[in-house]
Amino acid sequence: MLRIKPDQKQRVTVTVNGKAVSGYAEPRMLLTDFLRHELGMYGTHVGCEHGVCGACTAIIDGAATRSCLRYAVQCDGLEIQTVEGLADADGTLNTLQKAFNENGALQCGFCTAGILMSSTKFLQENPKPNDDEIRDMLSGHICRCTGYTQIVRAIRQASGQ
Amino acid sequence: MEPVAGIRHVAILRSSHAHARITSIDTSKAEALPGVHGVVTGVDIASVTNPIPSAIRVPIKFYPIAVDKVRYVGEPVAVIAAIDRYVAEDAMELIEIEYESLPPVADPVLALEEGASLLHDDVGSNQVHHRTFKYGDPDAAFASADKIVKLDWRYPRYSSTPMETYGVVANFERQPDRYTIWSNFQGPFILHALMTGALGVPGNRLRLITAPHSGGSFGIKQAMFPYMVLLGACSKLLGCPLKWIEDRLEHLIGSSMAADRADKVEAAFSKDGELLGLRFDNIVNVGAFVRAPEPASVYRMHSASNGCYRVKNIFVENRLVVTNTTPIGLNRGYGGPQFYFALERVIEAGAKELGIDPAEIRRRNFIRADEFPYLAPAGATYDSGDYEAGLDQALDLAAYDDLKAAREKARAEGKLFGIGMAAGIEPSGSNMAYVTLAQTPEERAKAGGRSGGLGTATISVDPSGSVTVKTVSTPAGQGHQTVAAQVVADALGMRPDQIDVITEVDTLTSAWSLASGNYANRFSSVVIGTIAETAEKVAKKIKLIAAENLEVAPEDIELVGGEARVVGVPEQALPIRRVASQTHWHPAGLPEGMEPGLFETTIMNPPMLDAPDDQDRVGSAVTFGYVFDLAAVEIDRTTGEIEIVKYVSVHDVGNVLNGLVVEGQIYGGFAHGIAGALLEEFVYDAGANPQAGTFADYLCITAPEVPEVTVGHFNTPSPHNTLGAKGMGDGSSMLAPTAIANAAADALGTYEIELPLTLNKTWAKANGQEYHRAGATRAKVGEGPREAGAVEGGLTGEGSVELSAPPAVVWEMLLDPDALASVVPGCEKLEQVGEDSFTAEVVIGVAGIKGVYSAAIDLKDKIEPQSVRLVGKASGGLGFGEGEGRVTLEDLGNGKTKLSYSYRANVGGKVAAVGQRMLGTVTKLLIGQFFRGFERRLKSGGDDGGSSGNPGFFRRMFGGGS
Repeated sequence: MLRIKPDQKQRVTVTVNGKAVSGYAEPRMLLTDFLRHELGMYGTHVGCEHGVCGACTAIIDGAATRSCLRYAVQCDGLEIQTVEGLADADGTLNTLQKAFNENGALQCGFCTAGILMSSTKFLQENPKPNDDEIRDMLSGHICRCTGYTQIVRAIRQASGQ
Repeated sequence: MEPVAGIRHVAILRSSHAHARITSIDTSKAEALPGVHGVVTGVDIASVTNPIPSAIRVPIKFYPIAVDKVRYVGEPVAVIAAIDRYVAEDAMELIEIEYESLPPVADPVLALEEGASLLHDDVGSNQVHHRTFKYGDPDAAFASADKIVKLDWRYPRYSSTPMETYGVVANFERQPDRYTIWSNFQGPFILHALMTGALGVPGNRLRLITAPHSGGSFGIKQAMFPYMVLLGACSKLLGCPLKWIEDRLEHLIGSSMAADRADKVEAAFSKDGELLGLRFDNIVNVGAFVRAPEPASVYRMHSASNGCYRVKNIFVENRLVVTNTTPIGLNRGYGGPQFYFALERVIEAGAKELGIDPAEIRRRNFIRADEFPYLAPAGATYDSGDYEAGLDQALDLAAYDDLKAAREKARAEGKLFGIGMAAGIEPSGSNMAYVTLAQTPEERAKAGGRSGGLGTATISVDPSGSVTVKTVSTPAGQGHQTVAAQVVADALGMRPDQIDVITEVDTLTSAWSLASGNYANRFSSVVIGTIAETAEKVAKKIKLIAAENLEVAPEDIELVGGEARVVGVPEQALPIRRVASQTHWHPAGLPEGMEPGLFETTIMNPPMLDAPDDQDRVGSAVTFGYVFDLAAVEIDRTTGEIEIVKYVSVHDVGNVLNGLVVEGQIYGGFAHGIAGALLEEFVYDAGANPQAGTFADYLCITAPEVPEVTVGHFNTPSPHNTLGAKGMGDGSSMLAPTAIANAAADALGTYEIELPLTLNKTWAKANGQEYHRAGATRAKVGEGPREAGAVEGGLTGEGSVELSAPPAVVWEMLLDPDALASVVPGCEKLEQVGEDSFTAEVVIGVAGIKGVYSAAIDLKDKIEPQSVRLVGKASGGLGFGEGEGRVTLEDLGNGKTKLSYSYRANVGGKVAAVGQRMLGTVTKLLIGQFFRGFERRLKSGGDDGGSSGNPGFFRRMFGGGS
């Protein structure tokens, strides 16, 4: 087993949105801090750092995951999708993002990155969800602005219903 | 956000005690840690800042950090600056503080009792403000009433907890001394004056720069200003720029919350339901300090104390109480939810008592549509409205008659079904002077006049003809840029995407004033009107230039589709951008007398925002929207669950500027209201320890809990705003708690409703049981240890175990430090320091929070070998505890003993705030481990190594921090 000293930085290489990137992390560095402060990817937001609010959700090796509950070193070699990867390279929003925009599904936008990532995964698994299923999925996220109604509408619209 | 080089990162060490004197702070170990830049304590801060005042003139010294005494759990005690946040937090653990505990009090009523522990010795009382107000002749109204209805009520503490926490970067520079502070502060910028006062600099030496967008605010980001002062002062003391990002645990105990209240309300009615008079008796728990703009929360609704009604006779008594809780501040609906909980519950109770339909009693008392503008008894001028139309629409949308029939049917089947309503006005665009109602007219006269709520806006057109709007509205997701661009585009005949809207505030470069910021539904009531007026000025100048170029009168020019064209002759036109850029490129060609450039700033004061008069009347707000909510609920007798069967919410927001934004605000406000009604509360236990330190304990409403709401609109345009719009956004956050409470009261057949209506509470009511909140804020506190089980709240337990030794042997081992050290789980050291005194060091983990605790235990009332009482205290970096236990031994014969124990403990600090849910379970687990170890050691004759693990018995009993 790999033994790392507490204050010894490790090189961590991950594939973020299809691109291999590296940085250095102490063993205790959270993935959120690694993404934001080491890789400069500020799209992943930090709302509670104890795994409840869902703002930091990213898709890690195919699973919607709270990145505040992962250490960066645990993710070495893994594939991570973050909100920065949703839009086209030229900035064109994808279907889900467009639906959020058109339905007023975000206000301050702080929780939105995490909700978009959970919704992305959710719609892959359940392409035609009903409202109860959408609300159930959203229960893993806290949004204080919208009251959720317009988020539910946006996800339904994105699913083509 | 790193706007300046060389930033150090800050962690703030916070008090784990609710009330204690700081006897010593040793920061040397922390300062010696590699990577630490420096540590600042309260004494340092007090040497470079002044206390922050409020409108209440009492001798409370409010610094942003505890100086000699801590007064709530979460109060800052030391600031550590380091190379990164991880190191700063490492250093935090190395700071050693000794506290001398003082009795805490969390409940405002208990805090008012004679002999209650005083928070601020210089004040001499925990009551820090008391004023009474009389409008009309309330005594005569009550004397002539046919029916008087009175309610005693409590309102819980909660917060909108924005998802983005506080963030501050502060930089102090010399020559000249200047502070620059970047933050997500929301205003009001009247607090800039308090910050310069605290830092001792003129206004132009405190440069505040706010983020263009903030991640939610809801009023809570008003209360970050003391942290801005703190970081500024630390930057000066440590000589480097500092950055602090509040974490969620800090936010939930150390930021701000809406006030909890312990109030009474009385209403006088004639027999046909006319509301003759109102009496409000308000007790506001402001927390440990009166942090400006408090006491505004109890005065925001004051000048509209009649609500939607024609009642003229009103008596108001306001008392503010300090307690060992987090200071309160703005939160969505600021003062509204509490006010309507009084007014709209007593109206509904009056209807019941008089046998009048609750919709009907409101209809009879509503201000009528032809009475606007309406001057309210306490001074507000309601701009426009049609409250009855809103009521009718709500009844219609709810199919009220069908709903009543459904209620009859449900009740016939033995179900608990209720309908409740709430009606309210929504004051928007605050008068900065309403808070001075906290002063007497004489005090106000002495202090000099105060009035107003200035709106400011700037629109500039650059040499390329591009339009930029600068607003100082610190948006947090309310669509200010969208709406401002739309309004300016309309005025200038351009497309919204051609208009840039800048929302950063920079106090050195923006046109700002005291009222600037984002609160009190200010944007659509004041700010957008100011922007519209500014756009009109720009449009006028463009028309003048175009008129001269096209050789027509300015009145004949219209701005449409990017062109300034002659009305009726569309082919005679000039591109607006060209006309506008002429002010830069060709000033000599401008109409005679016209100033070059195109840069307009408007600073306006809504005229109704006058100073309070000598009768304590004040126009507190600019526009008055209207909300009518109706709820029908069914309560499950078996589970206590409240199902919201129907919810209708009707709004008058004046002219709608952007439908999607308005709708989003309504849904958002509704969710906050439902959250307050059913879920969210900051509970403090008997020792004033906050119990909701994580999002697992503070239950933010999530998507499945938000019921469906039917929204209705009707609009009475406001004459107080250029665009006819009214402020909106608080909406149902003010009324849903009351509508739900009224519906639950109707279902349960009681007037006694306490929010939030959690399952336990509702179940108890539905089944005729008393409800005891664990560690309710009103539990008796501050009396020191008593017999086990005697104190409500805290951690209590009892049990017994059979041991394989006679009482004398058990007794001996219980008092033998070496033996105990080997069986107490996690015990690293246990020493006898006196005849009946022990000290111990134990490692305990609760909910993933592991720490070392030092404990001191005294044995009392020893009756050998029968019983002993143990009293102890423990403290560590993560928390502390105090408590007591009793152990009795009973001889069972055959060399066996039955050991019975009981204990009670109060646990505080992070371990309590974060691990609350686990404490009971962990305690039982540890006690179990202890006795297994004990039994093993007895059986092995004294040499069994015992268990490993944890704190044991003493800690457990004595409150050891877990």
